[in-house]
Amino acid sequence: MDLWFSEFHTPDVKHSIRVTRHLYSGRSDYQQIDVFDTPEFGRVLTLDGSVMLTERDEFIYDEMITHVPMAVHPNIRDVLVIGAGDGGVVKELTRYSQIRRIDLIEMDPQVIEVCRTYLPENASRLDDERVHIRFENALRSIRRSNGNYDLIIVDSTDPFGPGEGLFTREFYGNCFSALRPDGIMVNQQGSPFYRQDAEAMQRSHKRIYTTFPISRIYQAHIPTYAAGYWLFGFASKRYHPVDDLNAEKWSSLGLETRYYTPLLHVGSFYLPAFLENMLREVEQDNSQTVL
Amino acid sequence: MDRTNKPKLDQRRAPIYEALENFRQMRVVPFDVPGHKRGRGNPELTAFLGEQCVSVDVNSMKPLDNLSHPISVIREAEMLAADAFGASYAFLMVGGTTSAVQSMLLSSCKRGDEIILPRNVHRSVINALVLCGAVPVYVDPDVDRRLGISLGMCRRDVARAIREHPNAVAVLVNNPTYYGICSDLRAIVRMAHEAGMLCLVDEAHGTHFYFGDDMPVSAMAAGADMSAVSMHKSGGSLTQSSLLLIGPQMSVGYVRQIINLTQTTSASYLLMSSLDISRRNLALRGRTVFARVGEMAEYAREEINEIGGYYAFGKELVNGDSVFAFDTTKLSVHTRDIGLAGIEVYDILRDEYDIQIEFGEIGNILAYLSMGDRPQELERLVSALADIRRRYQRSSIGLLSQEYIDPEVVMSPQDAFYAPKRSVPLEKSVGEVCSEFVMCYPPGIPILAPGERITSQILDYIEYARSKGCSLTGPEDLAIENINIVIGGKK
Repeated sequence: MDLWFSEFHTPDVKHSIRVTRHLYSGRSDYQQIDVFDTPEFGRVLTLDGSVMLTERDEFIYDEMITHVPMAVHPNIRDVLVIGAGDGGVVKELTRYSQIRRIDLIEMDPQVIEVCRTYLPENASRLDDERVHIRFENALRSIRRSNGNYDLIIVDSTDPFGPGEGLFTREFYGNCFSALRPDGIMVNQQGSPFYRQDAEAMQRSHKRIYTTFPISRIYQAHIPTYAAGYWLFGFASKRYHPVDDLNAEKWSSLGLETRYYTPLLHVGSFYLPAFLENMLREVEQDNSQTVL
Repeated sequence: MDRTNKPKLDQRRAPIYEALENFRQMRVVPFDVPGHKRGRGNPELTAFLGEQCVSVDVNSMKPLDNLSHPISVIREAEMLAADAFGASYAFLMVGGTTSAVQSMLLSSCKRGDEIILPRNVHRSVINALVLCGAVPVYVDPDVDRRLGISLGMCRRDVARAIREHPNAVAVLVNNPTYYGICSDLRAIVRMAHEAGMLCLVDEAHGTHFYFGDDMPVSAMAAGADMSAVSMHKSGGSLTQSSLLLIGPQMSVGYVRQIINLTQTTSASYLLMSSLDISRRNLALRGRTVFARVGEMAEYAREEINEIGGYYAFGKELVNGDSVFAFDTTKLSVHTRDIGLAGIEVYDILRDEYDIQIEFGEIGNILAYLSMGDRPQELERLVSALADIRRRYQRSSIGLLSQEYIDPEVVMSPQDAFYAPKRSVPLEKSVGEVCSEFVMCYPPGIPILAPGERITSQILDYIEYARSKGCSLTGPEDLAIENINIVIGGKK
């Protein structure tokens, strides 16, 4: 039997993974959810036919979206995580004893149920007593929180589906309000390689750049995402992602990681020329409504 | 509820749609117009609009009937529409609700006839007066001073106008207004009929009144004689399609003749089938659909009012007379208290948040909610308003409130429009009689109409609206620096 899962990274590029078993297929109120077993990537979760995580490479994403802000901000205590129903980000966060509260907002309860059943390793830490899960629209809940968080992690799906609202200016603006005066927001910024992805990345970077005083992009290599090349956004009210990195302090925590290191932290902010140009293009465009 | 219309015909039918489906199966060889021949002759257009769409862009013919003289499927579709809306007859209109409004006026008044109406009507109403030569008798709408919006007409003001102009032939009511405000339609119909006048309703924003529980009364249920219904607004049909409804007092044949004076003889089957399919949808599912829209609007109102500064107004405006009822599916927000004009919020929403709302004027914005909306987009709108307040809130000192300007009608719109005229710079026009329209679009309610005296108050308003970024339309001079005035009209 020759069974493959394929995802179009563009209309003309297809990424395929051989499947040994299709473990789960269901439609929630928001999206199509599937779980596969695969020889190369282990267990794979897809939403609306896009790979969200694989057992094999999820550590890269989860470590890079978590440890980068944690190594910069000196005292993160209250964290808001948006999306991330698979529990991977929460798993990394719960390794820090300094964190006293993690609010997780996921719109789709079915994602969490499926992950608890099929990805128990990842979802195991969702039961940590510091974790408070709320099922609601993230735009709505963030509108209502004022300056309560040190860190917001936006672990969204791509900007062309139900997660679209998490790439908007109104969302970033309300995140700004929900952060303390030295707070940090980190988000997954998609890929800069294929055109449609690159344009979406530019749009959302522009919105973040005009909302936060500090807004930088960093990168990682994630094999199962489009082009294998992924970006994150670091937006902050006070701390600079490289200048304010406290490598010694982070190292002294003794956290074992497989991708992140303080040295890679610095390196991940050094970007290829084509990407620098793309970012400059939107950073220099100051067309705002003049009142 | 007497207004709950119970259809008698089989509303699951959609005769025009069915005829087009049959026609497609027959694979008839076209040696008639349109020349694109099911799209084959215009591959770029076909690629853009889709083969399915261009293949039913066809001409009138025996199996598909003819809108100018309907005897088969179009007639059936019109009777089904009349049945669904509780009207004596319903005309499918393909020239927008503008054509429905114009046909309504041309059917009821002639040159020199007086017609009673509020001044805050859509331009299409006054355009119709230019065409037919009737003379407007304006009833000042009541005004909400805090919000700066025109409300409905008070009963006593309508009664006075009828008393003072006993020879008027009709009363026209704007029901609901763009903002969802309704007058006491039943009472106005009764007063008009007692005086031997017709009652006409511009119901462009009230299609859903025919298909909702707890909604304001519809024109047909209130006993009005004619109503122009914008099916393409809340009804879900294609842009430019509309319905003209009539009551039992009107002659179907005469109204058809009037419509045919100006209506195209090549009516689009895309528009007509969209009316047919949308009517079926409304008749079968309208109640559920609009209950959902109403709930979404109520939710958004609560959320917006919780942000602070904004005022999303609703049923609390109802006062038993000039706000006899409020259409809760409308979502309007007063923005002046956060220090921004509505038009400024409108621009910021589009430029910075990629959210296009229906319109913004001096003190308010209106977001149009409909059967196509989903909660996630509504959350974006509410969150964007919250973010705009965070970023832009300022003192509202210096922001004008919109005032209703009581116009001085010097001559009929037709006489003024066709009078010998000349163009003068706007600032030199005070005291002159205007011979054209000036309006912000949308909402398309004239600031100046032909035959009205130009005052410095009106010019100040135009200047203010322009400075805030309102899009002004109407005059022959597209730059709106000059205005046409009637020669010899100056006081």
